[in-house]
Amino acid sequence: MSLPALSPGDFAPLSRGEVARGPSRPSLSYWRDAWLRLRRNRQALASLAVIALLLLATLLGPLAWRVDPGQTAMARTSERPRGWAALTVLAPLAPYQEVVVEPPPAAPAGAPLRAPEGLRLLGPATVEAVRLRWEPVPGAKGYLVYRSTSRPGGDYLGLPLGEVEGGNLVSFEDAFNLEPATWWYSVVAKDGAEGPPATLRVAVPAGIPLVEARTLDPAARPGDAVARPWRPLGTDALGRDILARLLSGGRISLFIGFTAPLLSILIGVLIGGVAGYFGGRLDQWLMRITDFVMALPFLLFMILFRVALGVGPGESGVGPMLVAMILLSWTGAARLTRGQVLQLREAEFVQAARLLGARPRYLLLRHLLPNTLGVILVSLTFAIPSAIFTEAFLSFIGMGVVPPTASWGSMCNDGIKTFLVYPHEFIAPAAIISVTVLAFNLLGDGLRDALDPRLRSVE
Amino acid sequence: MLAYTLKRLLAGLVTVFFIATATFAAMHAVPGDPLMSGKARSAEIRRNLRVRYGLDKPVLVQYGVFLGNMAKGDFGISFTQQNRSVNDIIREHFKVSAVLGLVALAFATAGGILLGAVTARFRGRLADRSILFLVVLGISVPSFVFAALGQQVVLALNRWAGTTVLPVAGWGTVRHLLLPALALGLGTLAFLTRLMRSSLLEVVHQDWVRTARAKGLPPWRIFWSHQLRNAILPVVTLLGPALAAITTGGFVVESVFAIPGLGRYFVQAVQQLDYTVIMGLTVFYGAFLAFMVIVVDILYGFVDPRIRVAKEAA
Repeated sequence: MSLPALSPGDFAPLSRGEVARGPSRPSLSYWRDAWLRLRRNRQALASLAVIALLLLATLLGPLAWRVDPGQTAMARTSERPRGWAALTVLAPLAPYQEVVVEPPPAAPAGAPLRAPEGLRLLGPATVEAVRLRWEPVPGAKGYLVYRSTSRPGGDYLGLPLGEVEGGNLVSFEDAFNLEPATWWYSVVAKDGAEGPPATLRVAVPAGIPLVEARTLDPAARPGDAVARPWRPLGTDALGRDILARLLSGGRISLFIGFTAPLLSILIGVLIGGVAGYFGGRLDQWLMRITDFVMALPFLLFMILFRVALGVGPGESGVGPMLVAMILLSWTGAARLTRGQVLQLREAEFVQAARLLGARPRYLLLRHLLPNTLGVILVSLTFAIPSAIFTEAFLSFIGMGVVPPTASWGSMCNDGIKTFLVYPHEFIAPAAIISVTVLAFNLLGDGLRDALDPRLRSVE
Repeated sequence: MLAYTLKRLLAGLVTVFFIATATFAAMHAVPGDPLMSGKARSAEIRRNLRVRYGLDKPVLVQYGVFLGNMAKGDFGISFTQQNRSVNDIIREHFKVSAVLGLVALAFATAGGILLGAVTARFRGRLADRSILFLVVLGISVPSFVFAALGQQVVLALNRWAGTTVLPVAGWGTVRHLLLPALALGLGTLAFLTRLMRSSLLEVVHQDWVRTARAKGLPPWRIFWSHQLRNAILPVVTLLGPALAAITTGGFVVESVFAIPGLGRYFVQAVQQLDYTVIMGLTVFYGAFLAFMVIVVDILYGFVDPRIRVAKEAA
């Protein structure tokens, strides 16, 4: 380090009133400091980005992704998520004819049934139909056909597709909700009891039936490539587009998730502020009311209010849900604000301001509110995920937003019914709830560390 | 201690009274009449039913009757299930919910304390960071998602093993209990782990810990009787709220796993607008939770001598 060039003038005494030395660093306001701290927290920043993205997607998404979330399509139920691809138009299906053979020889009495032999495809396997053919089993009175999405193990052969009555009928046509995937078909002979299965692995290629292709493109011919409207996240049990439903459901979930905490914290701050500022009898009464509301079991009364506000079972009532949530959840903010105000009221700088003749309005707006704002903001960030949770929870048990209206919770409620067969219908809304709540929790942690040095988590 | 206990019990009774009043008020704000939609089509039947259920009397009288019955522990008769009193329903199904809830709570507390201790002990290392990540995940994922995913995992396990390792739904044996209790307790476990970690980290640098180390106590002894014992206190205070969370979480988990618990009954009653069952179960749950909070508070006095002294002085 080199010394700066000095002149004798530098050693002359300063005149009175001249500032001897400026502040060593530019002064940082509270909010600027908080922002700088938050910016250093990578987790919190990422969460902020995720939240911004979610908000943007739900606000603008339905404008960009113009698929009606309520439109059902019975031809396309429970489709799995898939990339965009044009489909080959299938040749018209030949009429199905059952294969009847000579009646199989009677089995020796008491001998167990064998597994059907020679299980094979009859014609090509398409999404329109898979036709099976097998050799007759001696002693069989009929056959049972099962279909599974994975190689059968143990006793479980998959979905029972149907029954063939008669031991000489040795074919079956499966046209039930076939998807381009690999399927395992099992055929079992029966004569009262069931014999061992014969299993065949069938890969069904993607394709589109001619009739459906003609609705999309009237000039379509077999062998052409025709694209269906794309469903990036698949469809639900009624053929509705899951992406469109997530976007429109997000509007409801996030609307509740933001509005309820904002309003309830506003009410809480008002009540807590008044109680803390005026004190005395008023404070006692307000706090007693707060204690009473706090003692109510939250979710039970959410449900009770829903009934009380006249929302019948099977009705959606977003408004009543909001009202109930606000009525029940202002207490935390009220207590917090009251505590803060009580503390600040006695703080030296507030007393000084009061001595200098500051009016209550000035005190409140200039000293009390800004100093409580940080804590309140932190509690708001934690209240939002819990409100989203509450909505999801209530909708999931059918006490909140009810199908057909989409919200993330009601989509979970829809999806869980078919979860074991079509997991994507449940996983999409469940994942987005989890990501949203996760982002808010991480942002809350970051904000708490940045805004409130006293509450800073031990890291 | 006795005076304190009595005082708390009295306050608890007042709370329950408030809950009952709020329940009554909420249910009487319901537009219409519970008997309007039922099968009672003729005016005469409806009138008789109104008399039977006391609905012909002024609201204040009904309120008095309601409070009197509650005080006697009589919650009335179900509107939708013939000849079934709410007390019967509680008696039959509360056991199930209680067993499930207690197992979940025990799992959550034990796991939370253990994981919290591990994270605090290995602070900043891989174990700490990976557990903390799981904890944040546990706080952010709703219990019904855990329940559904758990079912899927167990199904895959069963298919892989070729037998039923664990049942996916239902009730009856210890094996039925495992998965629902896990799903129910996971959120609370995550929450308690976090709490335990931060309270342990606060304790680690206290003077008495340094003193203990200075006088040559073995590390496990310091950890066990000086750090853990003190750090566990906040966990005990939060057992009450944790219990409330688990109780209400039971609504969902019970319906996902088809467990015949009280939570499922409550949801069903709301769906069928079974007024007496809704009122009875709300008051019952409220009273139960209020009582448990008192128990936890009194327990706290036993765990923390400082508080016991302060309470006795008060």
